[in-house]
Amino acid sequence: MTDKVTKSGALSVKLANQLSNYKYGFKTKDKPKFKTEAGLSEEVVRAISAQKNEPDWMLEKRLEALQIFNSKPMPNFGADLSGIVFDQIHYYLKPSDQEKRNWEEVPDEIKKTFDRLGIPEAERKYLAGVGAQFESEMVYHNLHETLAKKGVLFEGTDAALQKYPEFFEEYFGAIVPSRDNKFAALNTAVWSGGSFIYIPKGVHIELPLQAYFRINAEFMGQFERTLIIADEGSSVHYVEGCTAPTYSSNSLHSAVVEIICKKGARVQYSTIQNWSHNVYNLVTKRARCDEDASMFWLDCNLGSKVTMKYPAVYLMGRGAKAEILSVAMGSGKQVLDAGAKVIHAAPDTSSTITSKSLSKAGGRVSYRGLVQVLPGATGVKSRVVCDALLLDNISRSDTYPTMDIAEADTAIAHEATVSKISEDQLFYLMSRGFNEAEAAAMIVNGFIDPIVKILPMEYALEMNRLIEMEMEGSVG
Amino acid sequence: MSQNTLKIKDLEVEVAGKKVLDGLSLEIKQGEIHAIMGPNGSGKSTLCYALMGHPKYKIVAGKVTLDGQDLLKMATDERARAGLFLGFQYPREVAGITFGNFLRQAANLRAKTDNPEAKPAGPAEYYKTAGSLLEKVGLDKKFIGRGVNEGFSGGEKKRAEIVQMAAIKPKFALLDEIDSGLDIDSLKVAATEITAIQKENPTGLLLITHYQRLLHHLEADYVHVMIAGKIVKSGGMEVVEELEKDGYKNYL
Repeated sequence: MTDKVTKSGALSVKLANQLSNYKYGFKTKDKPKFKTEAGLSEEVVRAISAQKNEPDWMLEKRLEALQIFNSKPMPNFGADLSGIVFDQIHYYLKPSDQEKRNWEEVPDEIKKTFDRLGIPEAERKYLAGVGAQFESEMVYHNLHETLAKKGVLFEGTDAALQKYPEFFEEYFGAIVPSRDNKFAALNTAVWSGGSFIYIPKGVHIELPLQAYFRINAEFMGQFERTLIIADEGSSVHYVEGCTAPTYSSNSLHSAVVEIICKKGARVQYSTIQNWSHNVYNLVTKRARCDEDASMFWLDCNLGSKVTMKYPAVYLMGRGAKAEILSVAMGSGKQVLDAGAKVIHAAPDTSSTITSKSLSKAGGRVSYRGLVQVLPGATGVKSRVVCDALLLDNISRSDTYPTMDIAEADTAIAHEATVSKISEDQLFYLMSRGFNEAEAAAMIVNGFIDPIVKILPMEYALEMNRLIEMEMEGSVG
Repeated sequence: MSQNTLKIKDLEVEVAGKKVLDGLSLEIKQGEIHAIMGPNGSGKSTLCYALMGHPKYKIVAGKVTLDGQDLLKMATDERARAGLFLGFQYPREVAGITFGNFLRQAANLRAKTDNPEAKPAGPAEYYKTAGSLLEKVGLDKKFIGRGVNEGFSGGEKKRAEIVQMAAIKPKFALLDEIDSGLDIDSLKVAATEITAIQKENPTGLLLITHYQRLLHHLEADYVHVMIAGKIVKSGGMEVVEELEKDGYKNYL
């Protein structure tokens, strides 16, 4: 009598045991220059604004947002957010005096952190510009000088507000108003850091711009605010990555990203989210596309305790296009509620949403999406594909697609598949000598391959490596 | 002698609560070619899956040793590394790894088991090896860069199984209807290649087949007739001729 069945059934248990393996969980000892008391109040908001020496209108916006935050209930969908203790969180933590343009000037301990994360090296090798945020502030921002000469602006959002207030008066909160949702209001009240990008008319940036976000302290809230304006006929690819140390207490990351794609412009925004498993990641990302403009969100979610994030595109001009590719891999106690929203507000607009979700070792991954076609938006085309792969019997995948179509001549396609990693596929690979984890990693790679293929090579390698680490656990 | 031998003794196997193998015994030495023929549902594929350790096939009695090691105590991947190979009737597609990489890694795993000192082959040096293995069965080098079996035709998949066998160099190979899906020319090529592999690396072969035509190109040392989960007759190539004439009616 032998029992090989348990051997195969042990897969999920084995994987679950390997989840403690998070390579970026180290902490850096760093004394902040300034930090607000734990908890949120008008005083805290005023203190943040005063630290930044902001114009009055921004302070007013913050205070108004605080009221909205206080008056709005918690979301009644997605994930359980009761683990967020708002009174415990420090809403602002200033790590250094000001943003630097040279890594040598960045305080040692902070620089070491980014060295370990490989950021300066990546900048030298394949990026057109880099921003690095530590706690609440951008500690580094630099843009390749050839781009600066073309009039490209790439700055920390705080510095940009001082230097180019006209952009902020026009666009700040225009795409994601405070009233949009509770966490957009929270961000508006206490925002700090993030990137500001302006691409002049007709300028194309070949290499990506990247920002890296690092939470280091315990009981920390990070609330960066990013504003990207792509002027007519321009194009840019912006990449963000994020990690944090592993703490037993919960941290909160609640960002707002606003993107304006003017006529004929193209923006790609790629995220590789790899927060440690104690971070609540509640982010509002939205783009507006004018005539013939196109927006591409590539959203990869691997980390965090809870993620609620639905990158959105408002197609406001004729012929505008939206593409959203979302990958989420959740394991253990993770709840990833990810998805996409596209609002077709103009004729002949088109959208493609592809969602790939993986759940393992009890993880819960959902796709929540909305495709809306407003009255007058004729000739719309939209295609939604949701594929889910379950790696075992204890994990869960859900799909919540909403379609709200006001025009009859809309061409809409929706496909959804849920598959379980097949015993026969595992058996086939194992019959060639690969162990279960190796075999499972190959199958997972195949599942996400269509997405990894369109990532720039460096990120594709990173993504493959992350997935392998998740699957295997022996690395690091 | 248990060295160089795959020994199956009184094997009983259940699938979904139903007994499919009912006391099967068979001994295969490295370098020998055995063929098992039998009507549909006689348990031929079950034997292959059970020996390789598919979780759906439950061993209820019997013993199987490979070079004296208890095969049934090993997980599927351990069996593979110990030198057992299964050529599938329906090979699976795996898009996440290229065929070339897959081949190389599988070959390295197997080589390391027999000789822990063996230096694993790198992608560049293995490229040539993989190319020539593919060529031998009439497959283009381009298959190296494709996903494992991804979009291969039925016949290409079968030939790719033979390539894998050649790369992995098992001690014993179970080939489950390797002839199905192959046209007559491909069948000849496949049979020639299997014979060549077997000569170069003395493999104990177990051919599972419905049809005699494979055995016209690949001469077996032993031919077994399997009915209802048991071997009911063993002999030489004369058994094939007898089956060709009379079918299985003498055994049913």
